[in-house]
Amino acid sequence: MTIFEFFLWSLLKVAVVTVVLLLGVAYTVLLERKLVGHIQNRWGPSRVGPFGLLQPLVDGAKSFLKEDLIPTSVYKPLYLLAPLISLGCALISIAVVPFGAPNIGPKGMDLFQISDVNIGLLVLLGVTSIGVYGIALAGWSSNNKYSLLGALRSSAQMISYELALGLSLVGVVLRAGSFNLRTIVEQQATKGIVTWNIFGGFQFLAFFIYLMAAYAETNRSPFDLPEAESELTGGYHTEYSSMKFAMFFMAEYANMITVGCVATLLFLGGWTSPFGDLIPQPQNILVHALVPVFWFVAKVFCFLFLYVWVRGTLPRFRYDQLMNFGWRILMPLAILNIVGTSLWLAYR
Amino acid sequence: MHLILFFLFAGFCLAGAINLLLQSHPINSALSLIVVMTSLAVLYLLLGAEFLAAAQIIVYAGAIMVLFTFVVMLLNAGREERTLGSRAARIVGFPAVVAILGVVATIILHAQGLGTAALSQGITSTEDLSRVLFHDLLLPFEVTSVLILIAILGAVALARRGDGEGTAQK
Amino acid sequence: MNSFLVQPVPVSWYLLLSAALFSLGVAGFLIKRNLITVFMSIELMLNAVNLSFVTFAHEWHAVKGQIFVFFVMMVAAAEAAVGLAIIIAVFRARATLAVDRIDLMKL
Repeated sequence: MTIFEFFLWSLLKVAVVTVVLLLGVAYTVLLERKLVGHIQNRWGPSRVGPFGLLQPLVDGAKSFLKEDLIPTSVYKPLYLLAPLISLGCALISIAVVPFGAPNIGPKGMDLFQISDVNIGLLVLLGVTSIGVYGIALAGWSSNNKYSLLGALRSSAQMISYELALGLSLVGVVLRAGSFNLRTIVEQQATKGIVTWNIFGGFQFLAFFIYLMAAYAETNRSPFDLPEAESELTGGYHTEYSSMKFAMFFMAEYANMITVGCVATLLFLGGWTSPFGDLIPQPQNILVHALVPVFWFVAKVFCFLFLYVWVRGTLPRFRYDQLMNFGWRILMPLAILNIVGTSLWLAYR
Repeated sequence: MHLILFFLFAGFCLAGAINLLLQSHPINSALSLIVVMTSLAVLYLLLGAEFLAAAQIIVYAGAIMVLFTFVVMLLNAGREERTLGSRAARIVGFPAVVAILGVVATIILHAQGLGTAALSQGITSTEDLSRVLFHDLLLPFEVTSVLILIAILGAVALARRGDGEGTAQK
Repeated sequence: MNSFLVQPVPVSWYLLLSAALFSLGVAGFLIKRNLITVFMSIELMLNAVNLSFVTFAHEWHAVKGQIFVFFVMMVAAAEAAVGLAIIIAVFRARATLAVDRIDLMKL
């Protein structure tokens, strides 16, 4: 394969994955509105298209056509840069996520992953940690006390919970002996659901920590303090309108999807089926390629469902409770999990 | 390919470092330093140090610089003022810097037997790295963890204003 | 065209880049008048040194050179935590970050 073929192929994959991800983001918003609606005994959006299925398109058109206000006292370069950083980092991190079984494209190329990196997990963590700047700069450059408070809260929250998040993944990495996401999935997928890391690998504690830290990292309820509307109006995006606001919004949901993908890959067996070898492998090549993708999407969907369910159920934490929970409960638990896992691996 | 990537990211590095000097607002300087650090991570990848590249992004760009921007935002540091000290530093400093660069550059250019670096050659895997770190250099590793602990305690003691001296001052 | 794509880069260029970054860090340390920016210049110097460590590790196939960078990163993290705490304490005591005004040992 020449280098130009490689470039062309990669560009094609990037384009397709980005479009699918953005569609996913749009429909996650709809899913959230519908589900929260039903939890609160309402219908949710139901007017545009059958069951409100065309609502995301209309929302998109609305945010495009709204007037784009830039307040006079903002620090313009950073004000314009911040949403780009946010959305960019949210979209980049999907590049190392494998959605399906390896090596089934033409010429043995990976059809269901943009790039297979040795240090895939670290790349994911790194890109997420850069994403903090989007929020911090948005709050600071807006020159508004609510924005600044929201940004300070969110940077403190994200730094604190990043530790717990990273430490909760160490157990899984220890078991797989690799940072490569494909290796991690293949290591846990030998016999279906019983060998998934969350059950067979005894990583349920790690999964719990990851779940909590992921809610905090994506600034979602019950840890959505950076945008707590009752105290901070809109948090860091108070001064943003139109498409710039929509970019923050899209970044939040794209981050949710990425976090769901990571949970699926690390704890829930990735693209493999929960039944292991009980179901015979399909013979048709197309079905053979698409069944893993189906399982992957189904698992991510369950994770997103859980996200929305929690949002519809739990009230918001107070700021000191949030910090206490992160540092005094999650961190020690994560360290305990690492010690336990390594002892178990050593004396097995 | 290596050549193109090297020039691109070396250019980013130098541009970021020069911008760090030219900007008068600390937050702009911090952002240019982040550009330098992320481009350095790419250069590490080119040199085959993949774990270090990730660590550079996570530790430097994602943790240390977030701390810097956090402090800049917290103290609301404004533009820096030009003073007498800065003029003196400029008169003495620039020739000194040029001299340092000149000396080091001549030494490097006259060094014999330095090789070349090409793509996908000599990649250090995380396993090799950890084998050296946790077998040969275990004691230094543990000592650094003590250092980190002391740093945490020091930071807490410095930043605390509770029942200690803080209340006495009020 | 194809030979251009696979052409290697001399290691000395990496070292030159490292030297240039280090000098820029020194220059920043000398001319910047804001405590935080001065501190950032120190970080820039550390990064420049790291680059030369990685370059030499690649040149001599020595993993220990990379480990050294690892240690430098840890020390830099510790230094940033303590240094920024000191900066905050200084700001609290004097309400300024200009290095020329922080010239007394005692208030």
